[in-house]
Amino acid sequence: MCNCNHSADEALIPGLGVVTDIRVDTPDVKTFRVNALDGGVCFEHMPGQCAMLSIPGIGEAMFSITSSPTNTKYMEFSIKKCGCLTEWLHQIEVGQQITIRGPYGNAFPVDTEFKGKDLLFIAGGIGLAPLRSVINYVRHNREDYGHVDIVYGSRSKDDLVAYDEIIDEWCNEDDVDVYLTIDREEEGWDGHVGFVPDYVKELKFDTNKTAIVCGPPIMIKFTLAGLEELGFDKTQVYTTMELKMKCGIGKCGRCNIGSKYVCKDGPVFRCDELDELPDEY
Amino acid sequence: MQRIFGLIKDRVGALLADGTVDRVIGWEKGEFLYDHTPAIFNAEDDLVDLVYDGFCASNLSKYLIDESKKDGKILALLKPCDTYNFNQLIKEHRINRDNVYVLGIECRGMLDIDKIRALGIKGIEKVEEQGDELYIQTIYGDKTCKRNEVLLEKCINCKGKEHVAYDELVTSGEDIPQVESNRFEDVEKLEAMTSDERFAFWRGELSKCIRCNACRNVCPICSCVECVFDNKDSVVASKANTDEFEENLFHIIRAFHVAGRCTDCGECSRVCPQGIPLHLLNRKIIKDINEFYGEYQAGQDTNSLGPLTDFTKEDVEPSIITEKGGEK
Amino acid sequence: MYKISTDHLTELFSSISHDRALYMPIEKNGQVQFDRWMEDKKVRLDALNTVKSPKDLFFPQSENIVAFKIKGKNISIIENRDESEPFVVFGVRACDAASFDILDMVFLQDPVDTYYKARRDNGIVVTLACSEPEETCFCSVFGIDATNPSGDIATWIVDDMLYWESLTEKGERFTETIKDLFESADFLDEEALKSHKEDVEKIIEKLPLHDLSLDGFNSEAMDEKFNSPKWEELSEACIGCGTCTFICPTCQCYDIRDYDTGQGIQRFRCWDSCMYSDFTRMAHGNPRTSQVERFRQRFMHKLIYFPTNNDGVYSCVGCGRCVAKCPVSMNIVKVIKAMGVDENV
Repeated sequence: MCNCNHSADEALIPGLGVVTDIRVDTPDVKTFRVNALDGGVCFEHMPGQCAMLSIPGIGEAMFSITSSPTNTKYMEFSIKKCGCLTEWLHQIEVGQQITIRGPYGNAFPVDTEFKGKDLLFIAGGIGLAPLRSVINYVRHNREDYGHVDIVYGSRSKDDLVAYDEIIDEWCNEDDVDVYLTIDREEEGWDGHVGFVPDYVKELKFDTNKTAIVCGPPIMIKFTLAGLEELGFDKTQVYTTMELKMKCGIGKCGRCNIGSKYVCKDGPVFRCDELDELPDEY
Repeated sequence: MQRIFGLIKDRVGALLADGTVDRVIGWEKGEFLYDHTPAIFNAEDDLVDLVYDGFCASNLSKYLIDESKKDGKILALLKPCDTYNFNQLIKEHRINRDNVYVLGIECRGMLDIDKIRALGIKGIEKVEEQGDELYIQTIYGDKTCKRNEVLLEKCINCKGKEHVAYDELVTSGEDIPQVESNRFEDVEKLEAMTSDERFAFWRGELSKCIRCNACRNVCPICSCVECVFDNKDSVVASKANTDEFEENLFHIIRAFHVAGRCTDCGECSRVCPQGIPLHLLNRKIIKDINEFYGEYQAGQDTNSLGPLTDFTKEDVEPSIITEKGGEK
Repeated sequence: MYKISTDHLTELFSSISHDRALYMPIEKNGQVQFDRWMEDKKVRLDALNTVKSPKDLFFPQSENIVAFKIKGKNISIIENRDESEPFVVFGVRACDAASFDILDMVFLQDPVDTYYKARRDNGIVVTLACSEPEETCFCSVFGIDATNPSGDIATWIVDDMLYWESLTEKGERFTETIKDLFESADFLDEEALKSHKEDVEKIIEKLPLHDLSLDGFNSEAMDEKFNSPKWEELSEACIGCGTCTFICPTCQCYDIRDYDTGQGIQRFRCWDSCMYSDFTRMAHGNPRTSQVERFRQRFMHKLIYFPTNNDGVYSCVGCGRCVAKCPVSMNIVKVIKAMGVDENV
């Protein structure tokens, strides 16, 4: 399962990576570029999969891989400062080594169910991180997919992750429509103002699409309700989950919900599959 | 026990019925008649499962921390020794006294199922108390033993049959023999050891610890919202021993944290799956406090200053530590 | 089948321990645990349940995973796992032997846990059939036969004779190395053993928990059980300690932590308990904030989730440890009885 370059045939023993670039995205989100020590990516992955990153002595945690697998030069992780490890990561400098193991979990069905479909990406805040991998994968293999809509919102303009890439690249791409929104009016913003779930409803997307949703739990909840209101079936909607994880290989028991382990059976779930899980996430 | 149980049940039923209380915390009948579980009864009809006999050792006072914060009044069945913890928790502002109705209940001393098993009695299905005799029905035939042979440690060293806090008492009027004991006997034995012997004794005992936290979680004095050993920012948080002395430190630190507040209720030793005599750590501290600052019983009242939170000019000087702790 | 007089067990143990570690129920400070045998140790083959199950011979409470050295921005990885040596564990009861199969389903599933596997490969399990089950025993409910335990080698003690039978190739090979200590069991021995087993079977049938029913604990009932209002009541006495989890032979959740040794960082894993408040706590929240939810998780996992993923095998072997040791006497038996179909949940 794990094909990173570590020395032992043991999933819990990580390999090493080095941080080669740090981009400040928002006041509390930084995007870290990570390379294997001898360059390139640490391991191959598919969009939606995750990796266990750690600074020994500080902690180890699961992060979604933000970069697309089509990027073979480096991996990227957009990380919000919210706990012990992430605070530490936010104060490291380029050149810092970290440990990395993975890839973990399932991926979005980019090569099966998504193929040929119109795709509607809906993200809130740091929830863009796992979707960015899919969006760039789709852009790279543009001919395999139909029309792409991207709805992305955050608290303020400054809180929009990967803003430059969105404006410079995604907005200029043929057959891709980007809808940005922020929670409250602010100076210098002439775009849409309002919460993501409301914006999705306002935009009245036709239901001939596959939707991919990620964001804070409350945003996901209301967005799913909104999509259902628009007539989307649960089998057309995908999301990705986050729970506490320690092993990443379905053994330590943290991320167990019902008969599923989010690290192994997820993190990507189709919404009808979520309905079969106990309401505990 | 039968008689007192009948009286308690009648009284509890009446207090629920007339609306004096809204809920009752007591013990629910177990699977084998010796494994009763603390339980909350919300209605008179539920009381069919209420039980009170020699296997109701659980000290219910700690549950009142949460229960007394809920709406309505809860009736708590407290044995004499449990009321010391109730008082201590009142003193530490952990219990909302207005929401609790303490029904003080008579106690003849609680039984230790492990001691019954240690007599070689296996496959216990039923235990009946008749006076000082226990009739035990087992898969391997009927057995008997003397009640006072199998009392819990905390009951051998009973603090007395008087409740120190109650709204109402239920007594059978029967004569309850007071057990004569010297609770510091085992502590004195430890004090008589050389420090090497004592160290070996505690290492032998504490190295059995599996860090299950049962002692801490059951302790009515350990009422911190978040224990330092659970707080990952504290640096000492740990679920397993990172070195072979760590479990010793856990217990020693815990003993010091409850020093001057521990009522000697003995729950820590009762629940320890490894049978570590944890109460001896607390009792040693209680004995020292008695000797240094004068006799003191935590939980005796709700307002006195504890010996370690009060300063008087007569307090011992720190040098006493080296005198007392030195090589013997 | 072989036999050896129980008077000669010390010779047998001494011979086994000659070239490998030998573990068995040993009494120390009043408690019986699986501990390393030495001639001066107090062997307690009569003890039914050790306090902790023998699972920690394969999945220790705490073990080193890997170490790191940090120099400036650079990290080096040092593999320093605790080496596993050949060992024999003697006197494992049928329930505990069955628990190893359950642990295998977790740790030997891809990706294989190499720490666990090394110990499994190195360990020879010698079981001991039960003669005097306790009232807390309910292994028969899970289809476990206490009179015919599994393992690499099974043994029975009848009067003053120990009978020894290899069940696996590994057991066979090991028996070969010490067979000089045994006599061959003859027809009369077989008869004696058979009649002994029948006697024990009769006791097992009479055990109070023998008829415990697991009807209704299946994946179809997941929602119904999960949403049952009974969890509230069942969990209200739970003090949130880890006793049940740590003494349970099948509980295997673990934590991974780092420890600063002063010379570097040691990453270790240790047993964890879903009963603990921090088990699922993350930087941004906790999906299980109350003891009701944590309590429910433990039993749902054993009785519904695990069997859903493992062909209906429950993650409980009926050893009865939790029945005997829970500080508030709340246990899986009470949960099964309260939540079962009979009570028309």
